[in-house]
Amino acid sequence: MFRALQATFGIAVVVFLLMPIFAILPLAFTSSVFLNYPIPAYSMRWMHELTTAEVWRTSILNSLIIGSGATVLATVLGTLASLGMRRGALPMAGLLRTMFLLPMVVPAVVLGVGMQIFLVRLGLASTYLGVIIAHAVLCIPFVIVSVSAALQGIDPTIERAASSLGARPVTVFRRVTLPLAIPGVVSGAIFAFATSLDEVVLTLFVAGPNQRTLARQMFSSIRENISPTVAAAALLLIVGTLCLGGLGALLRWRQGRKTAAAAA
Amino acid sequence: MRPFIQFESVSKAFGSVTVVNALDLAIEKGEFVSLLGPSGSGKTTILMMLAGFERPTQGAIYLDGKRIDHLPPYRRQMGVVFQNYALFPHMTVAENVAFPLEMQRVPRAEIARRVERALDMVKLKPLKDRRPSQLSGGQQQRIALTRALVFEPSVILMDEPLGALDKQLREHMQLEIRELHKRLGLTIVFVTHDQSEALTMSDRIAVFNAGRIEQIDNPQVIYDTPRTRFVAEFIGETNLIEAKIASVDNQVARLSLGAGLSARAHAAGGLSAGQTASFSLRPERIRLGMAPEGSNALDMTITDCIYHGDHMRVQLARDDFSLVARCERLAGHWTVGAPVVASFDPRDCTVLAQ
Repeated sequence: MFRALQATFGIAVVVFLLMPIFAILPLAFTSSVFLNYPIPAYSMRWMHELTTAEVWRTSILNSLIIGSGATVLATVLGTLASLGMRRGALPMAGLLRTMFLLPMVVPAVVLGVGMQIFLVRLGLASTYLGVIIAHAVLCIPFVIVSVSAALQGIDPTIERAASSLGARPVTVFRRVTLPLAIPGVVSGAIFAFATSLDEVVLTLFVAGPNQRTLARQMFSSIRENISPTVAAAALLLIVGTLCLGGLGALLRWRQGRKTAAAAA
Repeated sequence: MRPFIQFESVSKAFGSVTVVNALDLAIEKGEFVSLLGPSGSGKTTILMMLAGFERPTQGAIYLDGKRIDHLPPYRRQMGVVFQNYALFPHMTVAENVAFPLEMQRVPRAEIARRVERALDMVKLKPLKDRRPSQLSGGQQQRIALTRALVFEPSVILMDEPLGALDKQLREHMQLEIRELHKRLGLTIVFVTHDQSEALTMSDRIAVFNAGRIEQIDNPQVIYDTPRTRFVAEFIGETNLIEAKIASVDNQVARLSLGAGLSARAHAAGGLSAGQTASFSLRPERIRLGMAPEGSNALDMTITDCIYHGDHMRVQLARDDFSLVARCERLAGHWTVGAPVVASFDPRDCTVLAQ
């Protein structure tokens, strides 16, 4: 009886979480000009619109440019930060770590306002670089969490061994530390890209008309004219995110298998 | 001329805790020296200072006449073998062994040849394309050893390298390492807390306690004539005897053991009548039954008899004075409660420093 209740509740939660996604997806293939049910007939017209209309095409391109830029920046900085905070080599590493993770909890609106003022000062407001920097700030915590976990899994005596065998510190990093941490770095990068992809609030504050990302374009188009292109864009985002998530899961699975083999 | 490896009044403190205290230690080329002691006695810290992972707080370390304590590990040319093997999990066995040679920029063809030869030496060539995780503990340890040997370092350092192996494999590896040491003329510094391991493998043993060397000598001297109470108790089993010295005459001290018993012991000097001192008497040096000419003979009672397979452990007492004797299994039948004469040579009863 209790188990049945448990199962029902579990299913209900999953449905609650997934319904909005399933509700929007079929509308990507509607033939009507309205974003609502019932769907009169299925057609590819909105998918076509998404890939041909100038404003949507540039927004997809922008998302890719900004996402890649932010991912590279966040991955490099986040990995360096994780290395620096490793094993208490720094004083107050704990405090530093909290600071680095702060963008995860600070309201994006607050971050957005601050970022806008800051970027205007730097003369980077409404530039690609400005948006990339803003997104990177948001992405760095994900990289740090993931890379730190990977670094923690490396036995420090392995690096000592390398050093005793004649490897200089840079060589130890290149030949031992980095190869062992790379799964964490890659999964951090995936998280970073996914975060940048669906970021709206910060983008609203710091991006100019030229840096309109896909998420931002969806947000504004749903307020101006509710066309089913939004649903098509949503489909694109979800498929993209699922691919990234799948890649991350694959990496984690392979890593898990490796450590399991090492433990055996 | 300086010895090959020399610690000159080296101290190491972590914060306010002194782990190594004004250590002087000299090791000759080709020697196998064990650093033996309980955990926390500073032996691993000494090895880490020699390898370059820790810096002495005070003092100097010399290798082959050159001061090395300021050099980073990668400039010291020492092969280190760690307890947990520390193989590179992302490299194959052959890549692991090739690593130190690559660091020395040995030509590729020569690397392949030397790796091949080294793996042949430990009979693991068939496994060269495996990952460390696919090997057994003993195989991993052998690879770690090979990796530390292949670049022909001046010294091999081993930090409890056999601690994670089961007893049989450990004994096998002990022989293998000993054999390698003899065949290649290696200088080995070996850290262990296992006294039997130190006794079987070493040319010399340094017994550590609380950051100091209690005694350093060859295994036989360490075992037969421990200088301090700590060494006597840490190495093997012993009877510690607290006795009042009745008289000293010509290097022989007459002891009164209590319960009306008295015995003679070898006195190394510095002892005088009336003083109380500790003595060590190994259980296997005590004979039961008959007393040969010139030995001490004590009339005691058997209080317990414990069967240990290859030997018997017989507990003896007289009032509050007690001894443990170790006897051959077939040396006789000992009945609990029976009186017996326990005898030992005065030279086997050695005085310990306070």
